[in-house]
Amino acid sequence: MIRLKDVEKEYENGTYALRGITLTIDDGEFVFLVGPSGSGKSTIIKLLTGEIMPTSGRIVVNGFSLTKISDRQIPLLRRSIGVIFQDFRLIEKKTVYENLSFAMRAVGASPRAIRSRIPYVLELVGLEEKANQYPHELSGGEQQRVAIARALVNNPNTIIADEPTGNLDPARSLEIMRLLGRINELGTTVVVVTHERDLVNRFRKRVVMLEQGLVTGDGVGYEAK
Amino acid sequence: MQRHDFTYFVQEGVSNLFSHGFMSFAAVGITVACLLIMGTFSLVAYNAEMLLKTLESEYEILAFVEEGYHDALTQQVGEKLRQLPNVKSVEFITRQEAMDAFEQRTLDDYTRAHLDPNMFRDRYAVFVEDLNLVRQTAKEVRDVAGVGDVRVDEDIAGGFILVRNVAGAVSLALVAVLLVVSVFIISNTIRLTTFDRRDEIAIMKMVGATNSFIRWPFVYEGFFLGLLSSLIAFGLQWLVYATMAQSISAADTLQFLRVVPFADIWKPVALTFTAAGMVIGVGGSLTAIRKFLQV
Ligand SMILES: Nc1ncnc2c1ncn2[C@@H]1O[C@H](COP(=O)(O)OP(=O)(O)O)[C@@H](O)[C@H]1O
Ligand SMILES: [Mg+2]
Repeated sequence: MIRLKDVEKEYENGTYALRGITLTIDDGEFVFLVGPSGSGKSTIIKLLTGEIMPTSGRIVVNGFSLTKISDRQIPLLRRSIGVIFQDFRLIEKKTVYENLSFAMRAVGASPRAIRSRIPYVLELVGLEEKANQYPHELSGGEQQRVAIARALVNNPNTIIADEPTGNLDPARSLEIMRLLGRINELGTTVVVVTHERDLVNRFRKRVVMLEQGLVTGDGVGYEAK
Repeated sequence: MQRHDFTYFVQEGVSNLFSHGFMSFAAVGITVACLLIMGTFSLVAYNAEMLLKTLESEYEILAFVEEGYHDALTQQVGEKLRQLPNVKSVEFITRQEAMDAFEQRTLDDYTRAHLDPNMFRDRYAVFVEDLNLVRQTAKEVRDVAGVGDVRVDEDIAGGFILVRNVAGAVSLALVAVLLVVSVFIISNTIRLTTFDRRDEIAIMKMVGATNSFIRWPFVYEGFFLGLLSSLIAFGLQWLVYATMAQSISAADTLQFLRVVPFADIWKPVALTFTAAGMVIGVGGSLTAIRKFLQV
């Protein structure tokens, strides 16, 4: 579960990115986080992953209270969240398979666990044929699916995607959103940041609207106020 | 730590070495040079120390007993000498023994034929604890009633003390400076790898790797760099030492220098080199990643 209460964030340079956000996302939910560029969407994500600290307010993610979290607990918090970015962030020198095993090894998984988990995840994202290819040999949509597989491979209970379709054409974007929807149906909480109104409106999901650091809408569908 | 994690750290550490082959090569080269310089000076200091020890045990101040002293008085002189500070032992040598010893040393037949015990005097050979204090001790020996004259060879003692002290001080200073230099070199090599791997490190952090997990491969990289350096340096040190020992024993003027054979000291030398290599390597990697892992 994700809970933000009166969260404010002022960056060191004085930019006031969040001006009092209160928001709850329950386990198993699928939420679109939308809003114009600069409205504070990525700031919220960085707060949820413990990359930055709020100036004031309280944040609880999967049982970790981020205002009180110790340096030792941050890795545990991050293992409960899979993150996906617009620019994929794959390791170019490693194959699809190696990118996934790298993420599993990083949290201490055994070779046996790696061997049994990766084929399952690759099948889930529809890339079982591409295990031994390098990222540059794949299309953008396929690369993003590798990134999704990597986010899933350590079995987090929450997936957070920051504009995952920003680099993709509409058809690939729809595929990625459908994949995230399927992952949500398997029980994972999914938070997707996007500003693609048409895409959001193809799904009947909860939409949280952000403007100038404030929540200005929360309901089903983009137009909801 | 899990065994599969350990295997992973070692593999990554080794592959880091090769991903910057030239840089690793250069770092090992410089570290080897540093270890070799430190080792050579320390071994010179060690040999000087050993020589000094031998010299100390053989070094004697000769105290001649005044002419006309009978046995009882002569014995009193010996007692007084024995009680002086810095005196380890005192040995009485009669004029007859002194003559016999001289007779053996001299090759001149004429002199030998005309030797007479009365040309010699009874004497005490005084052995000291610490060569540094020889000058003071000789003066105190001279002041003992009944001691007519004193013979002491201060030059030899002074020369060795100088060599020992200089070599000791220089090797200490070199060890300090060169340790810092080699840690710096290894640290820079590893910093290069961490820079190379910054994307991977970012991903590891993103998926929830602990800082220590991220750190280990770099620690192993430094460890291997240090270990490799110490192995090579040890081999070269052996060569350098043996060559130096050989040329000293071959030189006419240096015959009196007894060099400790490498076979007698290779174990502590190997141990010291390995320990120094490990400290340099691991120290270098820790300095390199300390800053990198904050956040
Ligand atoms: N590291 C930073 N330092 C200073 N200002 C920042 C930083 N990151 C973001 N901002 C500012 O905070 C505001 C919100 O940014 P962001 O959360 O990235 O918005 P969004 O993702 O919705 O486009 C913007 O005005 C942006 O310029
Ligand atoms: Mg953004």
